[in-house]
Amino acid sequence: MKLADTPLTELRACPHCDALYRLVPLRSRERGTCPQCNHVLVSPRSNAFRRVIALSTAALVMLAVALFTPFLDLSAAGLHSDASIWDTAMTFSSGYLTPLAVAVVAFIIIIPALRLSLILYTLVPLSLNLPAARHAAGAYRLSEILHPWSMAEIFVIGVAVALVKIAGMASVAPGIAFWTFAALVIVIIWQESFLDSEQIWSAIDSSAPRVDEGAA
Amino acid sequence: MKEPILTARKAGLVACTRCTRVYPPDVDKCKRCGAPLSSRNPDALQRVWAWWIAGLIAYIPANIYPMLKTSSLGSETASSIMGGVIELWAHGDPPIAIIVFVASIVIPVGKFLSIAFLAYSLKRPTSMGRHARHRLYQVVEFIGRWSMIDVFVVAITASLVQFNLVASVNPGIAAICFAASVAFTMQAALAFDPRTIWDD
Repeated sequence: MKLADTPLTELRACPHCDALYRLVPLRSRERGTCPQCNHVLVSPRSNAFRRVIALSTAALVMLAVALFTPFLDLSAAGLHSDASIWDTAMTFSSGYLTPLAVAVVAFIIIIPALRLSLILYTLVPLSLNLPAARHAAGAYRLSEILHPWSMAEIFVIGVAVALVKIAGMASVAPGIAFWTFAALVIVIIWQESFLDSEQIWSAIDSSAPRVDEGAA
Repeated sequence: MKEPILTARKAGLVACTRCTRVYPPDVDKCKRCGAPLSSRNPDALQRVWAWWIAGLIAYIPANIYPMLKTSSLGSETASSIMGGVIELWAHGDPPIAIIVFVASIVIPVGKFLSIAFLAYSLKRPTSMGRHARHRLYQVVEFIGRWSMIDVFVVAITASLVQFNLVASVNPGIAAICFAASVAFTMQAALAFDPRTIWDD
């Protein structure tokens, strides 16, 4: 069968280069890449929804822990200071540095937490074979839009650099939140390895009430 | 067995860039994910250039004004991005100096040049092939966010040393300019429509 004769519901186009391809069933751990630009198009994993739910829940708990525990302990000349992410935000919550504090908290806490919550909101009903949640499509779409703005892993590198930088003037040690964040990055990468958009979109699509597709 | 590659546009269809489904050309909203559909974003290039210019404007003060102001025992010193790198290098932390230099100078400048080149080369013939340009786009899209490292370093350093009586460290105005510059160039990269690289 040629591409032109394939029904539209079985055709997909690479989001990066517009090349058309036909959906073929893949086994777990197989990957379908774009014939033109090599972008990974489909990568199904068995039990993906449950694993994503478990890992996302773990990541949310870790974010909460990381928010209020100190990420670096500093002591110099008999003085001691430690700061949590919350303290960091509060330090700059007034004055001309407010936008900086808002941006930092948004990039490392609010956006990652929102993204994880949206994924859970979408996937929990689907994994229980219930009808998709209201606005599940919009929720999952928003979680994909937020993806580039979720910067927890960059923050971890930032803390490591700050650690070395401050080590010159005072003695510093990584705190609980630093290790939590480092583990969080691994959990998020792991979670993403199970996220296959095609699998999620088709699950949302097939569990939602049918809308007339129109003549194709 | 290999069929020649056919794009959705050439087949007279419109594809959703969010969830990859394809539709007849008169559909304007994806029925599966709700994203707006367009075969090629008509004003993509203008938006790319607008964000690009905004990013460049913010990047200039980010390099001139102090990123970090340190006051210890009455004396105050301020260091710009490049000043901070040189300081780190001089104090015996070359690997950290290199990380900050790459994240704050090499990546942003490379990103400005790459986005400008990609946008410019859509309309004019270039010696760089489509595969290479597409690869360049993927690299820019992936690496852009990593420039935020220095913003986080400044925020962390300042909040920690803040409570200390001996020395206090405050972020300078350049930290905000730099964060804005990174965000604007990320928007420029997101506004770019890579599908146009492959159009004839």
